[in-house]
Amino acid sequence: MDTAYLSKPPAESASGASPLVSVRRVSKQFGNGTLAVRDVDLDLGAGEFVSLLGPSGCGKSTLLRMIAGLAAPSTGAIEWRDGASAAARPDLGFVFQDPTLMPWANALANVMLPLALKHVPKREAQERAAEMLALVGLKGFERSYPRELSGGMKMRVSIARALVMRPKILLMDEPFAALDEITRHRLNDDLLQLWWKERFTAVFVTHSVFESVYLSQRIVVMAARPGRVMADFPVDAPYPRDELFRTSADYASLCRLASGRLKEAIGS
Amino acid sequence: MSAPSMGAVAPPHAPAHDGTDAEARPVLATEPYLLGLPASAWPRLLAPLCIGALALGLWEVLVRWYAVPSYVLPGPLLIGQTLIADWGTLSGSLWITLRITFMALAAAVVVGVTLAVLFTQSKWLEMALLPYAVILQVTPIVAIAPLIIIWAGDIDLSLLICAWIVAFFPILSNTILGLNSADHNLIDYFKLHGATRWQTLRYLKLPAALPYFLAGLKISGGLALIGAVVAEFVAGTGGSASGLAYRILEAGYQLKIPRVFAALIMISLTGVAIFLVTSWISHLSLRRWHESALKRES
Repeated sequence: MDTAYLSKPPAESASGASPLVSVRRVSKQFGNGTLAVRDVDLDLGAGEFVSLLGPSGCGKSTLLRMIAGLAAPSTGAIEWRDGASAAARPDLGFVFQDPTLMPWANALANVMLPLALKHVPKREAQERAAEMLALVGLKGFERSYPRELSGGMKMRVSIARALVMRPKILLMDEPFAALDEITRHRLNDDLLQLWWKERFTAVFVTHSVFESVYLSQRIVVMAARPGRVMADFPVDAPYPRDELFRTSADYASLCRLASGRLKEAIGS
Repeated sequence: MSAPSMGAVAPPHAPAHDGTDAEARPVLATEPYLLGLPASAWPRLLAPLCIGALALGLWEVLVRWYAVPSYVLPGPLLIGQTLIADWGTLSGSLWITLRITFMALAAAVVVGVTLAVLFTQSKWLEMALLPYAVILQVTPIVAIAPLIIIWAGDIDLSLLICAWIVAFFPILSNTILGLNSADHNLIDYFKLHGATRWQTLRYLKLPAALPYFLAGLKISGGLALIGAVVAEFVAGTGGSASGLAYRILEAGYQLKIPRVFAALIMISLTGVAIFLVTSWISHLSLRRWHESALKRES
């Protein structure tokens, strides 16, 4: 057993050291009057793996976009530990539901994009992008165009692009929802390894109980109309989590627990 | 991924696999080549050629059978002979028409793309100017060509302006559409990384607009030629131009109908050539990534 994996320091709990980012009584009302998010309070500790779990329309994606600075809260605030604003943070990575790649650029150029936008010299950018592609298992596909890649591979490129800036926090908006189950399992495993290696804070939006339990240290359950946080509980299982964990009784009972929490939240 | 490859024994490092995942990657067709052309291109090339040859043969036979005088309808052979005999005069005129056409097309590309970029940067500018671009487009060029010739003074310049007016709108409107059709998530992504307007334009909007621009270019190439020819017809009545359209007018007055046909054929072939060249440019620019250039194994 790799001890380094297990000796990973537990994420700073929200109550302990000051969190990386705090969502303070945030609400979001759209122009058409829809209250997408109401009074959400949420602390995200450095290095944590948190899932936002809930049905469609519960505001989890909106919340994620507000943390990323892509949408402004109507009321409330999002506070970062370093005091900087959410707009254009270099230490923030974002993965959309679709791979969102530039179809006219090959995999390498797609991963180089954030570096090019920050004026990193081309040679260095190339090296870093190639390294990141290798890390997500796409060595040898640098020159492939998105249309030559499968859905899972495109998502890997998208993840590599998000990680190439070595972000402190990675926000993911149902990134694997469109993939088949086998591919999704594989990407879940690889994402956990990347999380371990890169030590970023991961915020993972999903509507799958199984996925959230498999991946995260902590699950935040949200309900719809209006979008609000209904429950926030830890997933009590050690890492590494792998195929053995996926088929274990522990995993099954954790899923049952989380399922119950979700049902409670939606039912109320 | 098999269980032992991660977790218990494997050190937590890069996922070690070929990256292909469980799903199939799209199968992209690679075609066999025959005499330098893709095999599937041959029927597409030969079928219209056969039809053309048949039609020409029938035309020649009918003209001879009914002894149609050449000043009413010349046969294709006579037209061919005229084309060769008058090549000196006609090719000079062709060159003049071509020059106007390409200069007008180049101006249409520069002005069309520049205006499209400005319009997408500033909604105010678009609201203020686009209606006038539309008015310019819908006004019949035949009606305003005499005015332009009077105003511009120089005949070459007025022909250029006429051809440009006809050619620039498809490029403008297509490029505007293209610039506005960049993936919204990608726009968000650029915003997320604090991209400047210029970076968003260069790395995202211009490449996204390329297929649309090229579709506009294909239309405008033919329109520039039509614009040049129509303006020449108008100007030609003054006897001052010497492009292909003027040759048609001149030969018509002199009842040299085979020559009219020869000049007409040159104009048509020029139009076809422009279409083929713009299509080829489009294919070369898009073949690696755009859906329109995609060939799938069925």
